[in-house]
Amino acid sequence: MSTEALEAQILTGGQAVAEAMRQIDPDVVPAYPITPQTPMIQGYAAFVAQGRAHGELVDVESEHSAMSAAIGSALAGARTITATSSQGLALMAEVVYIAAAMRAPVVMAVGNRALSGPINIHCDHSDSMLIRDSGVVQLFAESAQEAYDLMVLAPRLAEHPDVLLPVLVCQDGFTITHSAEPVVLLDDDAVRGFVGEYRVPNALLDVANPTTQGPFAMPDYYFELRHQQLAAIQNALGVFDTLAREFEGVSGRRYRSLEPYRLDGAEHAIVCLGSSGGTVKDAVDTLRERGDPVGLLEVRSFRPFPEQQLREALLGLRRVSVLDRADSPGGAPPLFAEVAAARDGVDVELRSYVYGLGGRDLHPEDAEAIFHDEIVGRYLGLRGEACRA
Amino acid sequence: MPELSDWRGLPHAGVVHPGDTAQPRTGGWRTGVKPAVDLALCVNCLLCWLYCPDSAIRLDGTVLTGFDLDHCKGCEICAEVCPVDAIEMVDDVD
Repeated sequence: MSTEALEAQILTGGQAVAEAMRQIDPDVVPAYPITPQTPMIQGYAAFVAQGRAHGELVDVESEHSAMSAAIGSALAGARTITATSSQGLALMAEVVYIAAAMRAPVVMAVGNRALSGPINIHCDHSDSMLIRDSGVVQLFAESAQEAYDLMVLAPRLAEHPDVLLPVLVCQDGFTITHSAEPVVLLDDDAVRGFVGEYRVPNALLDVANPTTQGPFAMPDYYFELRHQQLAAIQNALGVFDTLAREFEGVSGRRYRSLEPYRLDGAEHAIVCLGSSGGTVKDAVDTLRERGDPVGLLEVRSFRPFPEQQLREALLGLRRVSVLDRADSPGGAPPLFAEVAAARDGVDVELRSYVYGLGGRDLHPEDAEAIFHDEIVGRYLGLRGEACRA
Repeated sequence: MPELSDWRGLPHAGVVHPGDTAQPRTGGWRTGVKPAVDLALCVNCLLCWLYCPDSAIRLDGTVLTGFDLDHCKGCEICAEVCPVDAIEMVDDVD
């Protein structure tokens, strides 16, 4: 097929995920509605109703049940996708850890939304960060196009024999989920060819080879079984890169776990996740025209964190400003903590900013102000002087 | 105590395959009493075999021969369900 022949459509990130789900055509989709995830499952449900998608859409009574059903179906041998946001992800959290431990390759589309309270429906990354340590892969999209592409890539990553873990495809709530922009969809056959057949080791419904799964582990084995998960998620970095190359062959678009933007000759770079990458790129372009040596390091894969690549990228920089869209009260914000750990021994000045909680916008001027070191304190746009640690 | 496997040697995701549970000798959890059978009274109805939660009733075909004390936890269910009182719990001393 010719990728040039495909025309862009105007889609929201939520619709783009629904289209990806139609094309992947998973066997089972257990889901519970929550803003701003709603258009993903609403869109997919319409495709099922029209006979254009063939998955078993399971209307469960909560996200806890959605995730539990997802584990059962994925381990039974059915390709499984679910989607959620905010409180829904929080309610799933207990079971997400179990999904990772049982190595259930569930794809989870997430429309990132602030956790309560106060209750809020808009974007920040506190929901994803809640399950930071659960052992799942977390990919962050910058745009609807990226959310679509990463969705298509996600089943292969989740199901790869060296990985076998849940994969989250995170997109900023409303900023991406509900904003219409040009998206180039792949041909249905190309997606089906790319994702291929789903195979799981030790399928629960393989009655000729019965197994007990998710058993109790005492102190003599718990540590070693946890380490298997650690090895699997570390493998995901290399597998992502391999799959991203293959995906480039299909789509013409290349993804990296850490994406540098105009880093050549840069002295000051911003590190961030999600849609803010697009905003920062605008600011970088503006400042580069004026001759300012600035650039961006966009973290596509937050888990596993591309520590080595980041460390190498830091070597040429004088200053790095890390933008977190989640806070960790009483401690370091999560992305900053990763960068600080990767920086160990590298002579680069590190700044930490927390921005956009509860959906407050980040404007290109904000990024320019960060590059010009005009922000006082850590909390971007906070009214009133921040209390000191 | 058998040598413990390292993390690479453990089954993927800790999945338990048929026969794997013979290895942990859970009979060590038994406290105080163990079953004993009077084979002269036993009618081989195999209710004990059916009810035993630990597969600790030893058979030769369909004939009861004794108990697997490496896995019996002394729960007394076999003695309770035996219709001819052929099984009684006795002091568990080696």
